[in-house]
Amino acid sequence: MKRYRLRTFGLELAMIAVALVVGFPVYVLINLAVRAPSDASSPIRPTTAPTLDNFSEAWEQGRLGGALANSVVVTVISVVIVLAVCSLAAYPLARVTARWSRGMFLLIMLGLLLPFQLAALPLYQTMRDLGLLGTPWALVLFYSGLQVPFTVFLYVGFLRALPRDFEDAALIDGCTPLQGFRYVVFPMLKPVTVTALVLNAVFVWNDFFTPLLYLSGSAQQTMPVAIAGFVGQYVSDWNLVFAALVISILPILAVYFALQRSIINGFAGGLRG
Amino acid sequence: MTIAPHKEPPVRAAAPPDRRPVIARGRRRAGPPWWFALPAMLLFAFVVLVPSARGVYYAFTDWDGLDPHFSLVGLGNFATMLGDADAVQAVGHTLLIAVSITIIQNGLGLLLALGVNSAIKSRNVLRVFLFAPAVVTPIVTAYLWRNLLGPDGAVNSLLGAVGLGGWRQDWLGDPELALWSVVGVIVWQYAGYSMVIFLAGLQSVPREIYEAADLDGAGPVRRFWSVIRPLLAPAFTVNLMLSIIGGIKLFDQVYALTGGGPGHATDTLSTLIYKDAFTLGEFGYSIALAVVLTIIVAVVSSGQYLVLSRNEKGAAA
Repeated sequence: MKRYRLRTFGLELAMIAVALVVGFPVYVLINLAVRAPSDASSPIRPTTAPTLDNFSEAWEQGRLGGALANSVVVTVISVVIVLAVCSLAAYPLARVTARWSRGMFLLIMLGLLLPFQLAALPLYQTMRDLGLLGTPWALVLFYSGLQVPFTVFLYVGFLRALPRDFEDAALIDGCTPLQGFRYVVFPMLKPVTVTALVLNAVFVWNDFFTPLLYLSGSAQQTMPVAIAGFVGQYVSDWNLVFAALVISILPILAVYFALQRSIINGFAGGLRG
Repeated sequence: MTIAPHKEPPVRAAAPPDRRPVIARGRRRAGPPWWFALPAMLLFAFVVLVPSARGVYYAFTDWDGLDPHFSLVGLGNFATMLGDADAVQAVGHTLLIAVSITIIQNGLGLLLALGVNSAIKSRNVLRVFLFAPAVVTPIVTAYLWRNLLGPDGAVNSLLGAVGLGGWRQDWLGDPELALWSVVGVIVWQYAGYSMVIFLAGLQSVPREIYEAADLDGAGPVRRFWSVIRPLLAPAFTVNLMLSIIGGIKLFDQVYALTGGGPGHATDTLSTLIYKDAFTLGEFGYSIALAVVLTIIVAVVSSGQYLVLSRNEKGAAA
């Protein structure tokens, strides 16, 4: 069916043109990040004497190393907690038809409709009272709860389409429900776990509003907040800012290109959830 | 002959009217215990449910976020809002952004998906490349664009270089243009996201259906409209939901690109909520705005869900 015709060639050229337009900002980003601040030529002209000085300076001035470490810690711990509690919760919520189970599921689904701006301010006060403001633990706690509705939604949808013969067999063979979950159900959830992992990790890593609220004024920053602070401080020195932006993008893009198949399928997986 | 969606006779009449036996069977098998749901439920209650309920309560007070003494003001905050030109404007901006993003981003996303789903040789590379902006931190791409769209930025330089110097603009400084520049940046970042979801939908269309339509002599437009479009209904549902809700909650990009300015020309509900709470200390009023945001999200998403799921059923039946 799919033959390569002249029309296909035209389409190919058009698509590559689109890709060039999409890629234009990336070109400028790198072009200016390797340019010495003294070079005032047009931003679209290729830099004549590229330098890496901006990167080392941005790394030190912006304390990006610490921010990177915080982002990794917050993302990893939050996502592990969310996946663990939500897969476990989805098991009874998908399988038990008693009234408590349906009620609990609907209550959690209500969370999909509540924008986090509504909870963020009252929770700010609670975090302050608990002494968690300004620490990464405020974020871990926040994401572990915030992502429950969406993640439970994914897991329950997947579980409902899964036959229950294997778990029944495991229970008959004398497994406790927890063992049945651990050794039989959870391994079967792998496809949806990948989807939930990708979507939650990207969301937590990129989130800006929450750390802006809960970490403001503290030395502990995540990458997006550190970048915002850096831009505020060096707003006239765009070469330095661009180097910082490149540093913050590199880890994400490295992971993306290494795992692109799983990541793209993860995003598209919401379609089947 | 055309390929029309296959219609089946309604089956509802054949279903047993009494659902009790199904429930009884579910009860007889001991299901997983209720406490499996407890950790998730506690986290959800602590982070979302309880603070949201408190938020709704604070919306009817004059709380400043610090002072433990505050009083109920009834609908005062909401009345203030109606007279607050900035708030009314912000609601308008929020809806305008959400609707424009939904239309433009999904329109482009669909075209890109059709392009990438064709026989072109670069399709795999393009798919990975075009989706890449969607995983990058929004605040970072927004700072990048803030520079590109500046008066001496790369966009104006490029226009000058290709002989379109007359089109140069102060993209973010012009109150008439700033909102559309914000929309443009978001479309740039997320058109690839829409593309990936449409693509998953397109690839779930069985090859035989394309071939049958081809044999029947359907042209590309006819083939898309009568064969592919109905089968893409689930992808449409997901994409429209994601982009409209994302547009309504939009914060990061506006914060980084314009800070809501110039003046209040690009303020959205989310940026106003942030400013009122953290620069003006009007927590009660800010949360009242968040309640309005919640209502808009709830109405739009349930309305959209009802309409789209009916379409989906219509297309699948």
